[in-house]
Amino acid sequence: MKKAYLILGLIALLGVMLIGCTEDEGDVATDNFNRKAMLESWADNIIVPGYESYVSSLENLNAVAETFTSSPSLDNLSNLRTAWLDANLAWQKVAMFEIGKAEAITLINFTNIYPTNTDDLVSTIESGDYDLTSINKQDEQGFPAIEYLIYNVRETDQAIVDLYAQEMANHPYKIFLLDLTERLETLATSVLEDWKTGYRDTFVNNDGSEATSSVNKLVNDYIFYYEKHLRAGKIGIPAGVFTGSKSTEKVEGLYSGKSKELFMAGLDAMQAFFNGKPDSNLAAEGIGLKTYLDFVQDISEGEDLGELINAQFESARDQAERLSDDFSEQVESDNSVMLETYDELQKNVVNMKVDMLQALNIRVDYVDADGD
Amino acid sequence: MTVFDSPYFHKTSKAAPLAVFRIFFGLMMGASIIRFWANGWIEKLYIEPSLFFSYYGFEWVKPFGHYTYSLFVICGLSALAVAIGYRYRLAIISFFLSFTYIELMDKTTYLNHYYFISILSFLMIFLPADRYFSIDAKRFGTSDIVPKWSIDSIKLLLGIVYFYAGLAKLNSDWLFRAMPLKIWLPGRYDIPVLGDFLHQEWVIYAFSWGGAIYDLCIPFLLLWKRTRLVAFVLVVIFHVLTRVLFPIGMFPYIMIVSALIFFDTKLHERIVDGMTKVLSVISSATRNLFSNEGSTNKEDGSLTTFEMTQKKELYPPLERFDVSRGRVRFKSPKWKLSLLTIFFAIQLLFPWRYLLYPGELFWTEEGFRFSWRVMLMEKAGYANFKIVDRTNDEVFYIDNSDFLTSFQEKQMSFQPDFILEYAHYLRDHFATQGKEVEVYVESFVALNGRRSQPYIDPSVDLTKQKETFKHKNWILPFKDEIKGI
Repeated sequence: MKKAYLILGLIALLGVMLIGCTEDEGDVATDNFNRKAMLESWADNIIVPGYESYVSSLENLNAVAETFTSSPSLDNLSNLRTAWLDANLAWQKVAMFEIGKAEAITLINFTNIYPTNTDDLVSTIESGDYDLTSINKQDEQGFPAIEYLIYNVRETDQAIVDLYAQEMANHPYKIFLLDLTERLETLATSVLEDWKTGYRDTFVNNDGSEATSSVNKLVNDYIFYYEKHLRAGKIGIPAGVFTGSKSTEKVEGLYSGKSKELFMAGLDAMQAFFNGKPDSNLAAEGIGLKTYLDFVQDISEGEDLGELINAQFESARDQAERLSDDFSEQVESDNSVMLETYDELQKNVVNMKVDMLQALNIRVDYVDADGD
Repeated sequence: MTVFDSPYFHKTSKAAPLAVFRIFFGLMMGASIIRFWANGWIEKLYIEPSLFFSYYGFEWVKPFGHYTYSLFVICGLSALAVAIGYRYRLAIISFFLSFTYIELMDKTTYLNHYYFISILSFLMIFLPADRYFSIDAKRFGTSDIVPKWSIDSIKLLLGIVYFYAGLAKLNSDWLFRAMPLKIWLPGRYDIPVLGDFLHQEWVIYAFSWGGAIYDLCIPFLLLWKRTRLVAFVLVVIFHVLTRVLFPIGMFPYIMIVSALIFFDTKLHERIVDGMTKVLSVISSATRNLFSNEGSTNKEDGSLTTFEMTQKKELYPPLERFDVSRGRVRFKSPKWKLSLLTIFFAIQLLFPWRYLLYPGELFWTEEGFRFSWRVMLMEKAGYANFKIVDRTNDEVFYIDNSDFLTSFQEKQMSFQPDFILEYAHYLRDHFATQGKEVEVYVESFVALNGRRSQPYIDPSVDLTKQKETFKHKNWILPFKDEIKGI
């Protein structure tokens, strides 16, 4: 009889323990590696400052766009282009952080979808009737659409200035251009505000090891961005890696010819984040994926993956240096350089997605299913 | 005179353990199906994907779009019918078929646990688990004895699962590199109390060795009366730990409850009494339905009375009772015992089939499934498919997310049979576009913390390779050695 109670007691205890263990996530223990410190460093040194400078570059873009539309001239057009490029370069540093508010509003899809659909864009402008929050309008806004409007909407720079200089009430191009720059600023500001008003703490405090923890989510976002946007979007797709036929019109910076500058900014930002640095030019390494890898590999006595990944970033950069400034020109003249760059980028997909994730015990594209 | 005439096969046991096992099994399976549904997994795993990976020879087993839900309804209702013992044999056959069909629909979701459920439910088809404390028993006659072998067969199956899982851990990665636990455990640093220790080397090794010893010993500790209680405590601790440390769903509960079968009748009769009380409290109608008139619970274990109230038989019992000189003997049909003998022979031999293949088992996975190789590998891969269009010599790569869910892509990237099936799918896909293509794969796989290595020969056109049970010689050799079983 006693035995029966003992066994039933054990089963009851088991139930209590399971409920306790699955729901009690509050009391966080740590090993020697402080993930919370890493998250703090990411948020306070990289992500929030990144959005701050992105937002301020957009404020500048807006101001310059105002100046240009109110007094169109070649000088003001040139200033506008500079402001566009500065903002776009600032964007490259934060594009990979599609988490929190940015994820909720799919920031990237409203900011940098290329190629922009110029036919639809022009008819939208001329109809004057549009809702930029609609997902159907994602390829008619953001940096690529602005780029078209300030680089290519007419044949020559003078013709562009003339277009905006036309005397008319409710000039549709002026209104649309300003709508686009304002929308970028609105979106970016909402993300920054969210980080500053609570999300930063949510992010930092979600320092557990489960699939929905900040480390797991952000690392997955990071690799996703590397694979889909940096490797495929900027290089692979225009080079025809996935179709077999090259598509010069699919490069980023199609009208400005700034593809390489934008790509390099993206590559630098990704490597800098890997090393926990806000800027690739800084010498000092911060707490980040590299230091995290070093920590776990001390336990598992694995190879120095951090060094390998950094070395591969370097060879990708060396290879990319050989590309011409305008990728559509490069695809046209000698696509093999594009393909070789793609191959170098590809190698780090394996390093990060297979080796790094295994070492850090992070599930790729986490699927909520049972294991063995 | 055959072995089935030996006294063992005539021995009887009290029916309560089998009845309790049936009830818990049915309830757990019902709960598993509901949980699976509630988690949205039917949609995600069996309806959303555009292709499904088939087991060799079972390519015809596919989901039915939205009608797949009805399969789960059948499976869940069958499980509940098993639990209450309503038309038991029909219910358990229906459960076995529907559950196994579900598992065969896409091997992406393969888990040893699911395989265990399939073969256990197959075994239960042949066990008289409905003879006691069931609706069938109430309607057609109850009997508080069953053949002893019927209870032992469940113990044997559980014993095989544990012992083989233990044998599989006797390899150098598990014992001497503490892999993959060295990857998994430090990642659970945030578990209260225990988390502090999980990155310490000695703790990780203790888990590795402890796990192996546990698996090898537990069947015997459960069998021996003097260690049984301790063993059960160990079972609870072990499975609670696995539940806390790893995402393994319902399995720990199933194993803990299953282990009750090792206890003697008294415990089970007490559980039955407890259930009867609970039921009678719930409603007097149910009490009527479930009451056990006619059965006597003599404590001495030897059978004295039983009752076969031969009302309308749904189907005649397969066991014949043979009462002579005050003893009850069972005569089980020979075909049944022969069938189960073959079943267990397969269970004992099948896990060794990997010996027929060259190369490292963990690397090629030839003979890996259906062998109780549980938690042995942390394996991840990346497979980049290259298509060569012979019609115009164009070369391009596949974005796997165009065809596969992320779960499928993950599983595909390190298992050769998946890679081959996917390559054939791609060939057929492009054939519908009028393209004649060759399919190559550039793939890398990392196993148990080793650096990723090239996995499949990138120069082999996979459209020319056929799926067979033979060794796949286009798997590149593993550049390391894992010693052991």
